Amino acid sequence: MFRLEVRTSTPAWFNLALPLLAIVATLVLCSGLIALAGAGVLESYGVMFTASLGDSYAITETLVRAAPMIFTGLAVAVAFRAKFWNIGAEGQLLAGAVASCFVGAIPMPGPLAMLLMAIAGAAAGAAVALVPATLRVKFKVDDVVSSLLLNSVIYYALMALIEGPWKDSFSGYPISPPIEDSANFPVLIEGTRLHLGVVVALIAAPLIWFLIVRTTLGFRIRVTGENPEAARYGGINVERVLISTALLSGALAGLAGVGEVGGVHFQVMSDISPGYGYSGIVVAMLARLNPFGVVPAAIFLAAVMTGAEAMSRATGVPAFLSDVIQGTALLAMLVALLFTAYRVRRVGAAR
Amino acid sequence: MSAVFEQIFQVGFLAAIIRIATPLALATLGEMFSERAGVLNLGIEGIMLLCAMTGFTATSLSGSLWLGVLTAVLTGMLMGALHALFTVALGLSQHVCGIGVTLFSSGLAYFLYRLIFGQQSVPPSIKGFQTVPIPILSDIPVLGPAVFNQFALVYVAIIAIPLAAFVLYRTPWGLSVRMVGENPRAADSAGVSVIATRFQAVILGGALMGLAGAFLSMAQFNAFTFGVVSGRGWVAIALVVFGRWDPWRSAGAALLFAFVDALQLRMQASGLGHIPYEAFLMLPFIFTIVAMAVMSRNAVAPSALLKPFRREER
Repeated sequence: MFRLEVRTSTPAWFNLALPLLAIVATLVLCSGLIALAGAGVLESYGVMFTASLGDSYAITETLVRAAPMIFTGLAVAVAFRAKFWNIGAEGQLLAGAVASCFVGAIPMPGPLAMLLMAIAGAAAGAAVALVPATLRVKFKVDDVVSSLLLNSVIYYALMALIEGPWKDSFSGYPISPPIEDSANFPVLIEGTRLHLGVVVALIAAPLIWFLIVRTTLGFRIRVTGENPEAARYGGINVERVLISTALLSGALAGLAGVGEVGGVHFQVMSDISPGYGYSGIVVAMLARLNPFGVVPAAIFLAAVMTGAEAMSRATGVPAFLSDVIQGTALLAMLVALLFTAYRVRRVGAAR
Repeated sequence: MSAVFEQIFQVGFLAAIIRIATPLALATLGEMFSERAGVLNLGIEGIMLLCAMTGFTATSLSGSLWLGVLTAVLTGMLMGALHALFTVALGLSQHVCGIGVTLFSSGLAYFLYRLIFGQQSVPPSIKGFQTVPIPILSDIPVLGPAVFNQFALVYVAIIAIPLAAFVLYRTPWGLSVRMVGENPRAADSAGVSVIATRFQAVILGGALMGLAGAFLSMAQFNAFTFGVVSGRGWVAIALVVFGRWDPWRSAGAALLFAFVDALQLRMQASGLGHIPYEAFLMLPFIFTIVAMAVMSRNAVAPSALLKPFRREER
């Protein structure tokens, strides 16, 4: 007989083992879809791996894709730590992209432009995140629903801009004018797209870890998330912590948009984000809300996305497999997390 | 200005409201059953999309509309069961599981659609549901053509509202659903299986979400596109709050939202051209957020919403 027992503590290697377990389970489950599409499972996964991590150029492309998901992953991780259910990273990213595009189009010295783009993008993302947080604190509106609905509002606002005042009068395409050349983020390795923003994303992860684990604000965020009553009893202004968390989370998601404008697209278009905001939720959960874990989790999802496109070209399996993998990975990770709360014990019948 | 208003409030306006309200009302009722049993189902957006896809596909391949509806409903029940497996049986976070179910279902919908239909320059379409006038009732002035000359699925939705109220308030099963949503421990002591009741409620909710999805791809658009649901699922979750977890009020909330949506559609079409059309598209979402802000303070959600039930824990 087996029995579930409540665990009091979890060993440290779980942090690595559980996401790996979830990823392996995901790939096994999704192999059924590859077989359904009539392609070889190992061959398809092989193509995915080679195209995303097989050589140094592929790795840089994957890192470029990982950068926005590192930011949205951090945004979600910070928010979920406080149990502020920010599902609005997608809209915050778009707001950040729009704001940084505005600033980047103003002629000024390059470094100043980049700095101001980052500030404007972070501020725009924070402003958007402030809405669901304020609605929750002041009006008890469920933050999940309001942040989700706000994504649609921001998306339509972006569309109104690029189909209205920003529309390319020359070609008639719904795209914004490009930012100044001097504001383009420098490329770090000649012949690749690896830009400065990727490094900023990689640095942001340890900084956010430090903030969460080592600072007073981080402590307040964690306590508010784990036990709001205790936090309140301990003199923490829970409402204020939720607002601060939202500002931080929104700013991080906004920076994801800044990187896409400054380092990848140099302008804003309707499909500037293929759902990086929602992917951030998957990233944060795979990372167990640990900022350090966000980096490998984002690289994994980026590799799946880049790899899926190559796999689609080579084997004909629809590239949407990467969307299924993301959803499956999130669910698999949640199930795997059960092992942190429970352990399976063998119960001897003779005793 | 009066010409604009005349154009907006035509005879067809009421019919448009009913048509827009139908998938919302079905989805809202589905979410309501789930939440009354204590389970938030954020998978609704993806479930509706997947059901719109499977229903469309089944009809496209078989030529039978009702086989398509059946397929969509069964898909919804299956996805409801999946969500219940995670949130009820395993007691995982309802928020995150719901997002997971939405990501998974929409990914699966895109993937299977592309696999079955390939990439075509003109998306495949079906001959969807046609309007069926109900004899005598459709002759009532104004109300008749608007309400009783509609798609069959509209009538299904109109019947579903009182039926949902009857099931929830007048049947033993409805009592069980309310009990496990309000006080699962008491329900358990009274011999009601919390796990089984919650499973049933979430699966019933999934069936209704499936009907909503089927309506979108088989009556409203007669095709499956990736934007066929475009936030209607999220809106339904807000409408449940706005409707205070009551079938009648939820249906009323769906009607109110449909009114705003129909209004913005007419305004787009009626010479207010200097305002970008996206501003009108935003309107229903902003309206929903504001409505939630007004309603939420006094809204009383089922007490056990979001709380997993484990018999051995106190």
